[in-house]
Parts: sequence; C-alpha cells; structure tokens
Amino acid sequence: MKCDVCENEATVFLTQIINGQMTTVNLCDACSKAKGVTDETGFGLAEAFLSQPAPASDSAAVCKACGFTAAQLKKIGRMGCPECYSAFRDGLDGLLKAMHKGTRHIGKTPRIIASEGHLRGNLSQLREELAHAVRDERYEDAARLKNEIASLQEKLDAAQKPLESNT
Amino acid sequence: MLFKTLINHPADWMQGAGPHSEIVMTSRVRLARNLRGFPFPGYSQEHQRHELLKLARPSVDALPEMKDGYSEDYAKLSKIRKQVLVERHLVSREHAARANGCAVVVDRKQNLSIMINEEDHFRIQGIRPGLNLRSAWQLVDKVDTELEAALPYAYDEKLGYLTACPTNLGTGMRASVMLHLPALALTDQINPVIKAVGKIGLAVRGLYGEGTEALGNLFQISNQHTLGEKESEIISQIEKVIERVISSENNARQKLVEDNPTMLNDQVGRAFAILRYAHILTSKEALNLLSMLRLGADLDLVPNCDRSLLDMLLLEIQPAHLQLRAARELTPEERDVRRAEITRARLQSLNGPSNVSNNQPPPVAPAPETDDE
Repeated sequence: MKCDVCENEATVFLTQIINGQMTTVNLCDACSKAKGVTDETGFGLAEAFLSQPAPASDSAAVCKACGFTAAQLKKIGRMGCPECYSAFRDGLDGLLKAMHKGTRHIGKTPRIIASEGHLRGNLSQLREELAHAVRDERYEDAARLKNEIASLQEKLDAAQKPLESNT
Repeated sequence: MLFKTLINHPADWMQGAGPHSEIVMTSRVRLARNLRGFPFPGYSQEHQRHELLKLARPSVDALPEMKDGYSEDYAKLSKIRKQVLVERHLVSREHAARANGCAVVVDRKQNLSIMINEEDHFRIQGIRPGLNLRSAWQLVDKVDTELEAALPYAYDEKLGYLTACPTNLGTGMRASVMLHLPALALTDQINPVIKAVGKIGLAVRGLYGEGTEALGNLFQISNQHTLGEKESEIISQIEKVIERVISSENNARQKLVEDNPTMLNDQVGRAFAILRYAHILTSKEALNLLSMLRLGADLDLVPNCDRSLLDMLLLEIQPAHLQLRAARELTPEERDVRRAEITRARLQSLNGPSNVSNNQPPPVAPAPETDDE
C-alpha cells in the first residue's frame, strides 16, 4: 500500500472515526515521523492529513445524558459521560478494532452483573450470533464468538459455585 | 496519617526487594473506574466533581486496606506536596495538575493509591517492588471488588468498564513495569529492544510516564490494549516480554564485564567520583550517574553499596523532594547545589569502586639511572 502523502510504501496505518465514519490514513515511515504520528491514541491525527467535510447530522449528535456533542468528541477524543458510549455508538467498533485486540470485553465483570441471569441471556445471544456466522461462512467471526462463548461459560460456572455453596 | 508521616516512611517498593530487582524497579497495575450518572471529570462542572467526591470518598476511606492511611483533598495540598506524590509514583502528573474536587487516598505501606477525579472518577493503583505484576493485580482487584459493592460502577456488558478515553475501555487496566537498563544503553542495543517491544503492542516510556524522557536509563513498559483480552492474559504477555528484556540486559552486562572491563570500570568510577565530590548536580546528570553507580553495585564493583540506598537517593534528589526538605520553593540553581549536598552526604559511607587496578601493585617506577641517560 502506498503512503497517502508521498509515493513510498506505507508502514503506518491509522484508523479513526471522524463524524461517525471510519477513516484510514496510510503513511510511510518518514512521513509518519515528519507528521509527528507518535501519539498512541492517534486522535485528531487523521485531520492533519485529510480534510473531510462533516455530514451535518452526525456532528450535531448529542448525548442526552450530559449534552456532550460529536464535535467535542472529535476534538478531544474522550467521552463526556458513560452514557456517551450509547449516544455515539455508530462507528465505535471500527475505532475500537484499531485500538484494541477485540471489540468485546472478556475480562473482570462486577459481581452484580456476573450473576447467572445476566450471563445466561448473553450466552444465548452469542450462540445465536455464532449460528449466523457459521451460516454466512464468516469463520473468523465464528472462531472469535466460540472463544467468547467459552469464556462466558467459564464465568457462568464460576458464578454458580458460590450460589451452590450458599444453599 | 499525616503527610509528614507518609514522606518519612519509605514505601515497600523503595526498599528494592523483589524478583529481578537488580533490573526491575517496580511493577504497577492501575484500574480506571467510573460511576454511573456522573460526567467524566474532564467534562464535569466543579460542583459535579465535589458531589462525586462527597459520595465516593467515604467508601474509599472506609476500605480495610486504607486503614490508618493517608487521605487528602487536593484543595488542601500545596503544589510541592502534590509534586512529591508524583515523584513517589503515588499520583499521576495529570492528577497533580488538577485542583478542586480531587483527592488522593494512600494506604499505610504506600503499596496502594486511589486517585479520585483523575481522567476517570477513580484510578486505583497497586505498586510492588521487582517483577511482581500479579501481586499488584491481586491488590487492586480486591480493592476494586470491595468498591464495586459500595458504588454504582459504569459498566457495559460488551464494552466492559466505561472510561473517559476509549483507549482504556474493557478492563480499564494498565500494567507497567519500570526497568533499569544501563548495559543495553551503554552497548547501543536499547533502540532495537524498544522497537521490538513497541511492535508487539506494548508502550515504552520514560521515568514519569507519557511524554517523559528516559533519564537514568529507566524505562517503563506497559500494555496499550485493554479491550478483548483478560487481565491475566495481558499480564502474562507483559511478563513474557519483560523476562526477555531482563535476559538481554543480563547478557549485555555479562558482555561488558568480559569484553570491556576497562570502559565499565571507568564509567562506574567516574560516576562515583562526581557524585561523591560534586557541588553542583543537575537532575539529568545525577540520574545518569546514579544509573552507572547502580550498575556498578549490581556487578559488585562497588563494595557495600546497597541498591536501596541508591534508589532512596534517586527519590530524595527529585525537585519537589528537595523543596519539601528546604520548606520553600527553590530555583533550579539552588536545587542543583542541594542535590549535590545530599548526594555527597549519602555516599560518604562508601569506599568507592574496587577497580581491578586497585588490587594490583602499582606499576614499577623507572629506575633513576635510566632517566639520566
């Protein structure tokens, strides 16, 4: 892949969400250094290279809980409140994919949420997603879902233990 | 506990006893946590931060781990005192820069600190000497579980713990290890190591975190990904990488001893001489020389030199620690003089490096008659 600035081979790939749309910038080693692309969070960097007119509806999006706007999110790269993650959900997956190993949390769960009912609900939803993935021959997704199901099952087993010992 | 008491007692991790503590200074794990129904600190009004503080601080103070600990509102802390906490790695630079509606709570042994209203509502940090991420994790995990029972955490089943910055989503966990890598630096192998570590998704930073210089050959390695992996997996990955870096550093040290003993003795000897006798020491010079002296101590080139003596000194000569001792603000020039004063005093008990040449008879002086010819 070629660098977006010069013609060299790109080695740095930035992905970020601008106005709810995934934008990718490809840079070669020299250009990434010249542009100072060292910030791990990568926020606001794509704007240095691409000027993309914002769709009016997207930048006007507002979090109902705290009044934080999509424009502010774009500017500071941080959310206003926990509810913002629902308000600005569109395009979040793409951003998270570029930032993290996965897009679904598989680590520690607060006890209250790790309760059986919650986990069973999640498990059946994941199994449904897995069936869809297999049917559509999306095997990478299927493999990921299988892992998630296994880890959830583990949590469910763990959550059941104290219940049994209490009775 | 009073601020004075906190400062007069060295923390466990400063005593330098832990696995691989000749190379790994500390292992730290921090968790980012937030409460439902409150905007994140960076976007909140001052009254909202006070409200959160009023609601949350009693629960934090009441943690069994925080019994007889140190708890203070930032409104009551001077700039210098906050900076002292930064130098002790008990609070972040970002947190120290904030003022109203913030607080810090530290346990008696200074293994655990909780910042309230940092970038997130809570930053829970555990710190242990040497390579001991698991023990740091167990500490913060336990405290986190206790807090979650008392306070309504912002948690999403898909995204995990919700944080102000999406880079912390999921586990909200940052595990970091502080390494002293003088031999890799001396043998010009440090950059390839940093590059290799960076390639596998870990971050390498200087002494005081993001954007700071790697003074004194001190490097922090930490995870960048927090979502899509379990805490234990993240820690295992870092441990594996750190073990490889440790063995590279050990190999480089061994190679220096075998291939270049004169250069090594020269560096250690010079470091000792300047630190022991200088009257003006800048922070950068002191840190870099202390790094060489620590290397000398690790390689038994400096007899009776206790590593913890050097690690304590490293803290004592930081700007805010110097100013706290002087009980006033000092100009950089005044600090350099005081830094040299303390360093001279602390190194007084040492005899200096036992270079190979010291143990050999001095070269025989030429006979006078040959001179006359």
